[in-house]
Amino acid sequence: MALAFRLQKSPMPGFGLGMGITLAMLSLIVILPVGALLARGISYGPEAVWATINTPRVWAALYLSFRLAFLAALFNLVFGTLLAWVLARYDFPGRRLVDALVDLPFALPTAVAGIALTALYAPNGIFGGIARDLGGKIAYTQWGILIALIFVGLPFVTRTVQPVIAEIEQEVEEASATLGAGRFHTLRRVILPMLLPAALTGFALSLARAVGEYGSVIFIAGNLPMKTEIAPLLIVIKLEEFDYDGAAAIGIAMLLISFSMLLAINLIQIWSRRRIGHV
Amino acid sequence: MFDDALHPTPATAGRPAKWRPATEESRLTRILLIAAALGGLAILVVAPLAVVFAEALARGAAQAVTSLTRPEATSAIRLTLIVAAISVPVNAVFGIAAAWTITKFDFRGKAFLITLIDLPFSISPVVAGLALVLLFGTNSLIGGWLVASGFPIIFALPGIVLASIFVTFPFVARELIPVMIEQGRAEEEAALTLGASGWRAFLTVTLPNIKWALLYGVLLCNARAMGEFGAVAVVSGKIRGQTATMPITIEMLYNEYLSVAAFSLAAVLAALGLLTLALKTLLEWRHADQLAAGRRH
Repeated sequence: MALAFRLQKSPMPGFGLGMGITLAMLSLIVILPVGALLARGISYGPEAVWATINTPRVWAALYLSFRLAFLAALFNLVFGTLLAWVLARYDFPGRRLVDALVDLPFALPTAVAGIALTALYAPNGIFGGIARDLGGKIAYTQWGILIALIFVGLPFVTRTVQPVIAEIEQEVEEASATLGAGRFHTLRRVILPMLLPAALTGFALSLARAVGEYGSVIFIAGNLPMKTEIAPLLIVIKLEEFDYDGAAAIGIAMLLISFSMLLAINLIQIWSRRRIGHV
Repeated sequence: MFDDALHPTPATAGRPAKWRPATEESRLTRILLIAAALGGLAILVVAPLAVVFAEALARGAAQAVTSLTRPEATSAIRLTLIVAAISVPVNAVFGIAAAWTITKFDFRGKAFLITLIDLPFSISPVVAGLALVLLFGTNSLIGGWLVASGFPIIFALPGIVLASIFVTFPFVARELIPVMIEQGRAEEEAALTLGASGWRAFLTVTLPNIKWALLYGVLLCNARAMGEFGAVAVVSGKIRGQTATMPITIEMLYNEYLSVAAFSLAAVLAALGLLTLALKTLLEWRHADQLAAGRRH
């Protein structure tokens, strides 16, 4: 690795120290632990890892985690873009306060969000009560998990899209209008394509966050095997049973799936930037 | 790109009664969009925040305050402060070192290095905790030796600190890198030419340039370190009074149906979160030009 990071000539001092601290920390915090996880999987054996993953309960949990994370990120893509547009373009009383509030899900610890959402959406809570009167149930179902995942990923799309909207030149919209496009047409054919790469970045961040989310979900999920049991919870359960091999197998599966998803989204992003051009 | 926009709409048909610029939505559309944004935000974000304080005060302020003086609450608050006090400075030093290395030098593998630094963002906190357990747990090679020499990491403070550093790892570096790229190297090079030592150039030229971005990154890092749940839940062992941080204690109290106690502790964390948000917003208003927030996309 030292060879890979070989320095080109520079008059600036501190390369050795800076690179030393960076690599030492990176190794201790990230590379060695992740390496230990992969090594555990290798020593457990690929067949055994596959046998652990290939059970109905693990498949159900993985499918649930990724499906709901995708739906939550999709919701955040639409609502986050709307929010970014409103905050960047319109003026209304309290706009700066609302702008600051968007980041609240980043500042509120997940366990706090978890019990707060449960209190709201449980049958005796405010929103849960409304749902109960209508004959539905939110907390302790997949809807509850979805709401928690929407909460934790909410700011990502808004924060990536908002600066791009602020940078759009008014002339582009004027040109479109001059050429006879209606406002909706301009938004759909001119503005939205410009926002797409940034929105996809936000979508990817929101998705990555939601897939691995644990703290805000376990309180509201009800945690029924096969129904509302998320993949990270399954790892915790395996660990509590001292089944380190099983936990490592599920952990590796989650790592691989989220990396391949991020890779796919990065490729889509490169494609969309190339097609539309960088703003 | 504009080909499809070339179908002209008849200029006379459907002309609005009141003139508006062609680059604005109609008044009704604007009001509807603002209402949708505010309504969504109120339900999704403001309601959960409000319910934390409402539940904490459900049986009066006195009981909420009393519940915070329980020994498990005070020890949790102390532990969380200790964890943040260690992991945030460590992360700040790492962030500065990484940003300095990445922005002041050209070397092969830089993109790969940045990817590695960003990696913790795409790893589930629970998987991070699991990885630390597998590396440092009692039945691992390193962990067994460490426990034998009286320095256990898992189910003890060092594990909680490592987990907190893991989940906050990219925060400071990601905030500093864009800012330092934009500032370039000329000022440091001038200082060095004039005979300043490397440290002096860093302390008197670089640090004043990045101080607000550094503070911004440290704020985000601190908020996450104090509130981390998933990774800490796995490595801490949840030993009451010893390795239970504030979020872990909230879970314990909640599962024991001690609602007021759980929500009171949660309200303290929520208040810390609001304080973080206020300071962060203040920084954005005052020093937007020296932060990365507006450039990251």
